[in-house]
Amino acid sequence: MGKAGRRDGRLINKKMTDIREISKFLKDYDGPEIRIMEICGSHTGAIAKNGIPGILSEKIRLISGPGCPVCVTPSAYIDRLIEISRSDRHTVVTFGDLLRVPSSKCSLQEAAGASYKMVYSPLDIIELAKDEPERTFVFAAIGFETTTPVYALLMQTLIEEKIKNVKILTALKTMPEVVDLLCSSGAGIDAFIAPGHVCVITGSDIFKPAAEKYSLPFVVSGFEAEDLLSTLYLLVKNRGKGVVINNYPAVVSAEGNKKAQELIDKYFEKTDASWRGIGNVPRSGRCLRTEYAEYDAGSKGLDHDEKINKACSCDKVITGKLSPEQCPLFGKVCTPSTPQGACMVSPEGSCSTQYEYGS
Amino acid sequence: MCVANTGRVVSLNKEKNTATVNFHGSIIEARTGLMEVEEGELVLVHAGCILQKVSEERYNEWVKLAEEMGDL
Ligand code: SF4
Ligand code: SF4
Repeated sequence: MGKAGRRDGRLINKKMTDIREISKFLKDYDGPEIRIMEICGSHTGAIAKNGIPGILSEKIRLISGPGCPVCVTPSAYIDRLIEISRSDRHTVVTFGDLLRVPSSKCSLQEAAGASYKMVYSPLDIIELAKDEPERTFVFAAIGFETTTPVYALLMQTLIEEKIKNVKILTALKTMPEVVDLLCSSGAGIDAFIAPGHVCVITGSDIFKPAAEKYSLPFVVSGFEAEDLLSTLYLLVKNRGKGVVINNYPAVVSAEGNKKAQELIDKYFEKTDASWRGIGNVPRSGRCLRTEYAEYDAGSKGLDHDEKINKACSCDKVITGKLSPEQCPLFGKVCTPSTPQGACMVSPEGSCSTQYEYGS
Repeated sequence: MCVANTGRVVSLNKEKNTATVNFHGSIIEARTGLMEVEEGELVLVHAGCILQKVSEERYNEWVKLAEEMGDL
């Protein structure tokens, strides 16, 4: 083990005076420029909503990462969903955001003859399936480590209750491999705000290998202004150090939720995965284990990614190489009501956040 | 998409593996199964499932701080 250790974010005494001092520190910072990536789109949204970029020194640059499963789902997956939704006695069940993501031709919502339903929880599909046993319901199972245990619970329920008319189409992603890729890709990231809700499941130690390998600080953060300010402070102070700091200890531990991890492993195994804008990343995803293949709606090989608009720069936005407003379509052809790429669809996507709140 | 909210368990339905959770007045039914929970505990809910218990002490520290920040 290297020098990297785990530290508890509570070490900063969270008193109001400290927050004032922290804000002042972040505003007056005049050291070498530091590029900080927030991996998760919920952080992107929270940073923008709280006006945080406006109170930072120009030397502190915030860059959005690939942390939105909606934004990184390749077009072949959406094409397959559309195909299923048009099949006889089939209905696609999904979270709302996915309905509007453009594939190579159109979105699920725009597809003629598509049968789809939007739900709040993947488990809602069980009632739908019981009400209409003649119809096959297919859940669009996208997500990171946060959401995968919910699909594992769904699988457990389907098997226990012998429900046969539910399948899932998986595009499940795991964070550490893509973070490793970003660290080694020359995007020039100096520090990472690690995704809080992913770490609830995985534990904060999941980022230790990357922290140690690249000597970069990772701070696990909550989603409120004070969480984010103290996280930024910790990152700047730990620049160049291979450390993982847990600044979200109310729900995150070093090891995470073991029971959820076991359930995930029971039903899903690691696989290579295709990320929109990044391409294939070895072992950065999960799919159903072969013994549960009957529940799979054809998730293999959905790697192809084709842009609806060739000029869309989502690939560069997701990897921190361009900011949204540097895309030639931003705010002109591409707006939240006429999205040309996935980053403008999800409310947590970098482009829609930038459009909504400016910088 | 990974939005998760903190609420308090009002009651448990062991047969259905669900918990009734109160989020500042709005009540939802969330699935248990990823974590043992008891009535009265604070929990983090994502996509209709309880992901984790929330440490009461840390949560209170945080609420207090959030209130003070609001006064800034
Ligand atoms: S879906 Fe949203 S929250 Fe989950 S990773 Fe995205 S951005 Fe974070
Ligand atoms: S502004 Fe639109 S077209 Fe440009 S990168 Fe973002 S989503 Fe793609």
